[in-house]
Amino acid sequence: MIQQLVMYEEELQQINRICETLHRDSNARAVLVIDKNGQAIASAGDVQELDVTSLSSLTAGNVAATGGIASLLAEKEFAGQFLEGEKTNYHISIVGQRVILVVLFDERSSLGLVRLRVRKAAAELTVTLEVMVRKSAAGSGQPSVFSEITDDDIDNLFND
Amino acid sequence: MSFINYSSREINCKIVYYGPGLCGKTTNLQYIYNKTNPEAKGKMISLATETERTLFFDFLPLSLGEIRGFKTRFHLYTVPGQVFYDASRKLILKGVDGVVYVGDSQLERMEANIESLENLSSNLQEQGYDLNKLPYVVQYNKRDLPNAIPLAELEEALNPTKVPSYEAVAPKGIGVFDTLKAVAKLVLTELRKGG
Ligand SMILES: Nc1nc2c(ncn2[C@@H]2O[C@H](COP(=O)(O)OP(=O)(O)OP(=O)(O)O)[C@@H](O)[C@H]2O)c(=O)[nH]1
Ligand SMILES: [Mg+2]
Repeated sequence: MIQQLVMYEEELQQINRICETLHRDSNARAVLVIDKNGQAIASAGDVQELDVTSLSSLTAGNVAATGGIASLLAEKEFAGQFLEGEKTNYHISIVGQRVILVVLFDERSSLGLVRLRVRKAAAELTVTLEVMVRKSAAGSGQPSVFSEITDDDIDNLFND
Repeated sequence: MSFINYSSREINCKIVYYGPGLCGKTTNLQYIYNKTNPEAKGKMISLATETERTLFFDFLPLSLGEIRGFKTRFHLYTVPGQVFYDASRKLILKGVDGVVYVGDSQLERMEANIESLENLSSNLQEQGYDLNKLPYVVQYNKRDLPNAIPLAELEEALNPTKVPSYEAVAPKGIGVFDTLKAVAKLVLTELRKGG
């Protein structure tokens, strides 16, 4: 019933690389890749000072709400959003209908540059995601560590 | 949809607290937040109205420790219980791994309880989930109130499939962690089955 999305080393490295390139080429403060359900997948740039978990959940909530609005208006999906702050700008785009690519930038960059670089990064990300989805579905041939989980393992989690 | 990261060795699961308005969903999360060690939790986010009714969702990220070298992270969400927020409830159910239905024990809330349960079932169905197959537990909250109806009646009305159920007084924490543990266990057990 539960469709799992599984992330393996290889794809994560690719996604990290895409984030880093985008961060550099767009002069951004930070780049985040977030799963549509609100879980952070990867990031680059000045993320130490950010609350990535909260940002991810709120961004996903925002995208979900905008998606809801789109379907009420019989729009397919709004491809992205741009939130303009005094110092920080927040550029959101949806990639491969599965993940959210966020670019945080300030006056060292511009919306035009960010848009341009995001387009390239999104194309690369789409390819990686397709591989990820395929591998998740196939189980990638690796035996799942989870099939070996015992009741004791689960109980032990709760021994406070 | 649980998200397993072999690279950072993390399992992420999403648990949603569902139930009628004012039944105590937000109070459950607040209690969990207050009683959890700082290193095991993130910030709790509440998108609420000025009168503290949930407007979109509450969110609480929790780490429960490791299983077989994997960090287990649970993302707890509540939905807004008020009837007219149905569109938001649907959004929050996306990607859910486990559901806690919180019922209000008060007699005058029985109709609202039943309506909310039917709403849960149909909203899940709309997204291709089946409540009978999902990790799912029930909590009867507000057991402290004088107008609380007997447990057997609640069970009959709200738990026909006899999933694990817990009596609770959320502000005092009674039943809160029992409920969370039960649903977390079911989610992990489901993972073991391979989903
Ligand atoms: N007496 C009593 N009061 C409770 C209990 N649980 C919650 N409450 C109170 O009920 C009120 C509503 O609780 P919330 O947790 O905000 O309810 P909710 O389910 O999140 O409501 P919505 O956000 O509108 O869906 C608050 O004033 C709580 O303090 C309980 O077990 N006993
Ligand atoms: Mg609430």
